[in-house]
Amino acid sequence: MATEFVARGADLELKGIRKEFPGFTAIEDLDLHIPAGEFFALLGPSGCGKTTTLRLVAGLDQPTKGQILIGGKDVTHTKAHERPVNTVFQSYALFPHMSVLENVAFGLKQRKIDDPMTKAQASLDLVELGHLALRRPAQLSGGQQQRVALARALVNRPSLLLLDEPLGALDLKLRRQMQIELKAIQMEVGLTFLHVTHDQEEAMDMADTVAVMNKGRIEQMGSPEKLYDRPKTVFVSKFLGQSNLFVGSVEEENASSISINVAGSKITVPKDRAEKHKGKIAVGVRPEKAFFHEEKPKLGAGHNLIGPGEIIDIRFTGVSNQYLIEIPKIGNVTVFAQNIGKSPVTELGAQVWVSWKVEHAFGLSDLPTNTGSETITESITVQ
Amino acid sequence: MAFAAFSHGGGGSKKSAAPVSKGSGKVALLLLLPGLFYLAVFFIAPLFSLIATSLQTMDISSGFPIYNYGFQVSNYIDVVSQYGPQIFRSFFYALLATIAALIISYPLAYFIGVKARRWPLLQGLMLTLVIAPFFISFLLRTFAWKQIFSNESWIVSGLQQIGLLSPDQYLVGTPFMVIFGLTYNFIPFMTLPLYTTLERLDVRYLEAGADLYASPRKTFMKVTLPLSMPGIVSGTLLTFIPIAGDYVNASGLFLGSTETSMLGNVVESKFLKSYEYPTASALSVILMGAILLLVTLYVRKSGTDDLL
Repeated sequence: MATEFVARGADLELKGIRKEFPGFTAIEDLDLHIPAGEFFALLGPSGCGKTTTLRLVAGLDQPTKGQILIGGKDVTHTKAHERPVNTVFQSYALFPHMSVLENVAFGLKQRKIDDPMTKAQASLDLVELGHLALRRPAQLSGGQQQRVALARALVNRPSLLLLDEPLGALDLKLRRQMQIELKAIQMEVGLTFLHVTHDQEEAMDMADTVAVMNKGRIEQMGSPEKLYDRPKTVFVSKFLGQSNLFVGSVEEENASSISINVAGSKITVPKDRAEKHKGKIAVGVRPEKAFFHEEKPKLGAGHNLIGPGEIIDIRFTGVSNQYLIEIPKIGNVTVFAQNIGKSPVTELGAQVWVSWKVEHAFGLSDLPTNTGSETITESITVQ
Repeated sequence: MAFAAFSHGGGGSKKSAAPVSKGSGKVALLLLLPGLFYLAVFFIAPLFSLIATSLQTMDISSGFPIYNYGFQVSNYIDVVSQYGPQIFRSFFYALLATIAALIISYPLAYFIGVKARRWPLLQGLMLTLVIAPFFISFLLRTFAWKQIFSNESWIVSGLQQIGLLSPDQYLVGTPFMVIFGLTYNFIPFMTLPLYTTLERLDVRYLEAGADLYASPRKTFMKVTLPLSMPGIVSGTLLTFIPIAGDYVNASGLFLGSTETSMLGNVVESKFLKSYEYPTASALSVILMGAILLLVTLYVRKSGTDDLL
């Protein structure tokens, strides 16, 4: 137990991590560096290897290959209890036979820190549960248990705090509130947070950096704004928000942009926003960046225009309306229109054109497989 | 109250009781009747009879002992002063055998209930092996141990040769042999309740322990052991109580001798050989009272109420 514990966060480095389970590979050659003090989110669908990654960092599983460094020190072969890491488990895993206070003091007692009870009480006060210190975990609500789990991890001032979908079991309102609190606590204590989640809103809302994981690999990593604005793969463009995708071959190219031909319509994307400049590529645009027009508009070269098509579905979501427009030979396109008092046509069956600025388009490195999911609109044309 | 320790789910019946209509209440009462009748006839009535017998007076005026109902409390004082060593031995042997059974059963139950979870077939096989001895008569098995450890056996001669036993020392008839037999015969009663508790042990608590800087040993002491208390309590009760009243293992016909006789052996000989019914009854009442007292204290002390 000679581990040195630091008061501030440490950086985490994963080098060539590979994890195989009997019958499948959970993680394939993962390289990752999380700077000290950062709120880092690993985002991905269930089964993508994100929880496995977290368990490897915590020391609950051993990697098949690769190295794990925390604060520059190789911890690959140390046991879970020797690592300066604490986890907020998805199930909370609060000890049912101990009071809330004893739960929080557990880690401090194991490390023989002076005055564990006072420190545990202070940590409970931080999450505003000081008055429930003597209760058993089973007597608390889900949200309260979640905060106890957080206090139990935070009180140890770990170099690295791991969060395994800790907000998954909470209802929407409480989840929002906890997201804000978590972020505030992270800024206050300055620890490195590694947050694993499948909730893209949660990841974008809280994290400084988001890594989107799929099938044991990191597809793309960056700030939430950058990932959303400029997804590089079909998976990222679908998983992080919604996208309209168009597939076509590059037919025109100039100094700053390339254009593809989608069933006779020209769709242009800036070169610096496209991963590939040749051959058949997928170009996308976010539904809220697209507009529709009742009459064919006269737009300059800075715009893409497709249509006409027919509105086949309208969904009212409060702040916006979601329109689904069927464009012959191109497919279905989703457009979000803000409800700001001057709503355009809202009738089913209306004939419309769809446009968006060229600078809002993005070109992807791969092509969509023809298995559209229900939340995503794809338009794929056979050429 | 003490019996609540045997059940896992029966605890908070008050909270979970669904509102029942009057009609079904009557049905429930009707269904209870056979049980209540059974208890009254086979438990409460014999209990009063036993207590009444334990207070009988002896009349030898006819030259032959005749027992009359009375209120002779001195019967109790007599048996305690006369059979103090046997009473002490009963509880002492029961304590040692229970501890031995716990030490042997816990790792076994842990392996079956936690480690073997991924292989249900292995789990089932091992559980079957735990109860397999029941397929052979208890008396036969105990007698088999007497043969195995008999004075002529290679085990005893081997122990004598390596100096663990002196040349004139044997195993059968010693307290060791009796405690060995008791432990052996009651291990399944310890293993099964331990298994049912450990089988439900959530290993995520153990991961949380490791995550919070507790070494495997500490995690066991602070997390696994407290969480398995319900199984430990039921297991120890299910072994301690019958062992304290056992008369087979300690009997001279099996593994014991006159030096190892327990309370049960005295009761047996008084009831069946010398026909001293008040003495035998008083000893039985003492055994029952002592067990009830010990069990109550134990369940209170172990504080497992909220885990049951």
